[in-house]
Amino acid sequence: MNLRPDPTFHATPRLAMEAPAETLAFTLMLSPDGSQPDGLAVVDVDPKSDSYGEIVHQLIMPNKGDEFHHFGWNACSSSLSPLSGHAFLERRYLIIPGIRSSRIYVVDVKEPRAAKIHKIIEPEEVFAKTGYSRPHTIHCGPEGIYVSTLGGGGEDGTDGPPGIFIMDCETFEILGRYEMDRGKQDKHYDFWWNLPRDYMVSSEWGLPPQFENGIVAEDLLSNKYGHSIHFWNLRQRKNVQTIDLGENHQMALEIRPAHDPSKDYGFCGVVVDTTNLQGAIFTWWQQADGSFEAKKTITIDPRPEKPENLPPLLQGFEAVPPLVTDIDLSLDDRFLYVACWGLGEMHQYDVSDPMNPKLAGKVEIGGIARNAKHPNGKDFAYGPQMVEISRDGKRVYWTNSLYSTWDDQFYPDAEGGQMVMANAGENGGLELDKDFYVEFPKGYRSHQIRLEGGDCSTDSFCYPSA
Amino acid sequence: MAEISTAAALWGAVAASGVYHGVNPGMGWPLAVSAALMDRSQGSLWRALAALAAGHLLAMAAILFPFSALMVLAQWHREIQTGAACLVIALGLYLLWNRRHPRFLARVPPSRLVLWSFLAAMAHGAGLMLVPIYLGICRTVETDAGHAAAGTLITGNAGIAALVALLHTAAMTAAGGVLAYGIYRWVGLKFLSRGWFNLDLVWALSLVLVGSISLLTLP
Repeated sequence: MNLRPDPTFHATPRLAMEAPAETLAFTLMLSPDGSQPDGLAVVDVDPKSDSYGEIVHQLIMPNKGDEFHHFGWNACSSSLSPLSGHAFLERRYLIIPGIRSSRIYVVDVKEPRAAKIHKIIEPEEVFAKTGYSRPHTIHCGPEGIYVSTLGGGGEDGTDGPPGIFIMDCETFEILGRYEMDRGKQDKHYDFWWNLPRDYMVSSEWGLPPQFENGIVAEDLLSNKYGHSIHFWNLRQRKNVQTIDLGENHQMALEIRPAHDPSKDYGFCGVVVDTTNLQGAIFTWWQQADGSFEAKKTITIDPRPEKPENLPPLLQGFEAVPPLVTDIDLSLDDRFLYVACWGLGEMHQYDVSDPMNPKLAGKVEIGGIARNAKHPNGKDFAYGPQMVEISRDGKRVYWTNSLYSTWDDQFYPDAEGGQMVMANAGENGGLELDKDFYVEFPKGYRSHQIRLEGGDCSTDSFCYPSA
Repeated sequence: MAEISTAAALWGAVAASGVYHGVNPGMGWPLAVSAALMDRSQGSLWRALAALAAGHLLAMAAILFPFSALMVLAQWHREIQTGAACLVIALGLYLLWNRRHPRFLARVPPSRLVLWSFLAAMAHGAGLMLVPIYLGICRTVETDAGHAAAGTLITGNAGIAALVALLHTAAMTAAGGVLAYGIYRWVGLKFLSRGWFNLDLVWALSLVLVGSISLLTLP
């Protein structure tokens, strides 16, 4: 407990943008075949430092086969609401779940270059206390730490629907399930919220048998992956509305609400439209009567390609789908970054008018049957995937792996983990930084990035900027 | 003369504790700033403050009126005062030992500020802190009036309880209101993360202090 709020807690998104820039990044390292334990890499992102762009510390876990994916902080700017009563928590611990093992690590990064394990929650405890498995997205909110899961109970995670559980934000004890009335929700992926307006939005990927051993083409072509988003009364823990985006909109993944809580809209990325292989972004918003609406506002076309250049999975389509696998919104709610992992492109959209996004910048790197090189001349395996934006909106970082088994299906010949950074222009425009290129140790791929002091997909703000 | 200055000091303590509660962001003034910013309307700031004040007032009343009813047992005044003081000290010690915030408060929707303010005041013993002060005031009045009839005493004590609750809440609302309006209008929300101090320890100790003073000054 601090005597004053943690200096990295900010009342408004604007104050967070004005805070000192990040000097370190935390990036997950995963061993795709489970032959080595997964780990956390601490990357120097301070351009004034001698070790800029280097991994300055690695914390390797004591177990194998966890498969790290997403992670988050024990506390964020949401603590500054008197309603939650947690103003004096420290932003000190990273909560890192293994989506294959269901094990959860709590890592103390008070001394980032000597990051150490603070607590390990074994899978049996997760199963016993929640009936869920395969923990994924982490957000800190009113009742503590919220963790979404991808699987229900049982060996293959299909015994009951997946959902969200809550952990105590001080002791890291699992408190139990979040949902009181889940309505139609039977799959899970991401979630986020608007705290003062008291609603939460959640999304759907697929059930564990649909992803753990690779994408199931038949399920995709028969539209069996998730295609709905769910709106919840956050504190009543009740699903109040489910919007079906249309069954052809397969895999509704990242939920990105506007950071400024006075804005009543957000975005959701859809991996692939099975009718035309397009990637899509939906804008969702709350209407005057409190109900929600969603509309497709961005489509990204596939690129025709000769079958001999394509992996077996795509040969029949003679095209490269964009595969929108991650999106991220800058803290000023102005630019939405869209990772097109199949095409090998990072798009930047001006979403000042959320109903009319405009493409403002684009970078090509990696990609199926493209393999665009980094400006430094080196290869970039796979395509742009997990993207994270600096709080000030000037630097955009991303890594390249989607998910172990899926990487191998879409990019059968590729291997390696890289993290790169692009500089964003004040009024749009995106350009890869030739001097920032992190190569992960042999045998490791890289996934989500967290920036020191919070970033554009961790902190929830309780007060409007204006 | 001594009685008058004791009474004045006790009434002063009622107002001072109100200011103390009011300036603490944990008691809610940032929610008024948030309401005004969310609605882009200064009116929302005053409405939120009024809701916070109503909840706090209810919490004060809920604690003080049972004690005012007890005061009818005139011959037990000393015991009641001792008991109240011990209760306040016990709560202070409990809060010293258990520094965790009650999680049920996080279940209250942000739209229900009256309820939240009531529960927050109850959970932190804001009303209980006033009890020893209130009982002290009752005693000064009683000594002044001599041995009045029981009926008059009850209404008199209830009236004092209402006055104590009102004065305390008014002081709290004024203090919180000045801060909320100043932050909203001029200072900006940066103040929130800079000017919020962890008063948990001080708060628990002040409960112990109020209880102890009350015990030591028993006639």
